[in-house]
Amino acid sequence: MGFEAAQPKLDMVLRRLEQSDALEALQDFITELRDAFGVNHLVYHWVNGNGDQYGCGTYDPAWVQRYLDQGYLRIDPVVLGCFQRFHPVDWKQLDWSSKAARAFQKEAIAYGVGNQGYSIPIRGPNGQFALFTVSHSCDDEAWAEFCVSSRRDLILVAHFFNQKALEFEPGRLPEQGHALSPREVDAMTLLAVGYSRAQAAKALEISEHTLRVYIESARFKLGALNTTHAVARALSRGLIVV
Amino acid sequence: MIRYLYADQLAREPALQHEMFRDRADQFGRRLGWNVTVDSQGEERDAYDGEHPLYVLWQSADGGHGGSMRFLPTTGRTMVNDHFSHLTGGGRIESPLIWECTRFCLSQGAGGQVAAALMLAGGEIMRNFGLRHFVGVFDARMVRIYRRIGASPEVLGSAGTGRKRVSVGLWEFSEAARAQVATSAGLSPAQSAHWFDRAFGGPPHLAVSA
Repeated sequence: MGFEAAQPKLDMVLRRLEQSDALEALQDFITELRDAFGVNHLVYHWVNGNGDQYGCGTYDPAWVQRYLDQGYLRIDPVVLGCFQRFHPVDWKQLDWSSKAARAFQKEAIAYGVGNQGYSIPIRGPNGQFALFTVSHSCDDEAWAEFCVSSRRDLILVAHFFNQKALEFEPGRLPEQGHALSPREVDAMTLLAVGYSRAQAAKALEISEHTLRVYIESARFKLGALNTTHAVARALSRGLIVV
Repeated sequence: MIRYLYADQLAREPALQHEMFRDRADQFGRRLGWNVTVDSQGEERDAYDGEHPLYVLWQSADGGHGGSMRFLPTTGRTMVNDHFSHLTGGGRIESPLIWECTRFCLSQGAGGQVAAALMLAGGEIMRNFGLRHFVGVFDARMVRIYRRIGASPEVLGSAGTGRKRVSVGLWEFSEAARAQVATSAGLSPAQSAHWFDRAFGGPPHLAVSA
């Protein structure tokens, strides 16, 4: 089915997502992210400690209505299997053995959800729980290949999307975290002026392994999928000066 | 046997859960003299046990606890970020691709094989969930054990002295390290993969991950 290298496209969408200040725009962004990943569907769903819910995604609205009307939240193996977890889950790993679950799956496929799915559970602050899910129609081998090659991008995009959605939560206090640590600033600065990882590690008198951890953490805090994008963000936000 | 149990799953096996928290009290409280909280049941718990962590346990043939460790994603509350940021670059280490590993515990009499089995399990987690690093907190004597079984962390720094010395370190896992740790554990990689699949439900994965 040919999943293409998604990172450049994803990065463009992520940069615009970051600047967005309208909750309604998330629906458009999720469609664009779906296209960038080259899958049939992408869905985001969150619940907070007060039981408030929000969702957006590319499923057929008739399926979403059907899901809500039937109260499928109670039997959906994806929701049941991901709650209180923090590892990514291939739908094949879930328990579909009950009669209700099998009927639910059959119906979901009839509504075009697809026979394959991969869900990223996200734990936010104060009991917030969200699921970021891709689904598709293809054989097991192609799906396994997609999941292995895309899962890190999916995990990162899931968290970036969740952070954005949380900004729109009613009564939300301003985000305090995500500041780069002094060592992360050092690492990004050296990469920005063209040092290789080995040179940067040497200059900072740390190992390359430690440097990789600082880069990984900085990449996440900067909302970027790879190091090049992370350096560009750090520069454009004035977090590093070269 | 290697078990992978989130907090709610472990709570459904009260005998195993009790042994793990009791062995933690024995290791961190009695043997190492750390300032830990032990309740009237003799169980050691801290605030991070309340964060719905994932525990990895070695369960012996008689069903008992041989050793264990605790994982949490660094995107949430972690011991490293709350207490050891001075050792990790002066700020939070934060990424869904970096998990924290703490409370690495061996029951009295458990040796390098159990430690190796747990590290093998750490490798399974990293491989199968697309993670890049673990950042861990461990007592200083573990450094020697980790080295012996072929799973040396890179130590970022240490605090305290003597038995109370605590180190913070980083792990990555290569296929070569996996083979060596499996040998130290006396387990085949296939056996390890089987236990992982049993816990997390069947394999979507290809033989070698990205």
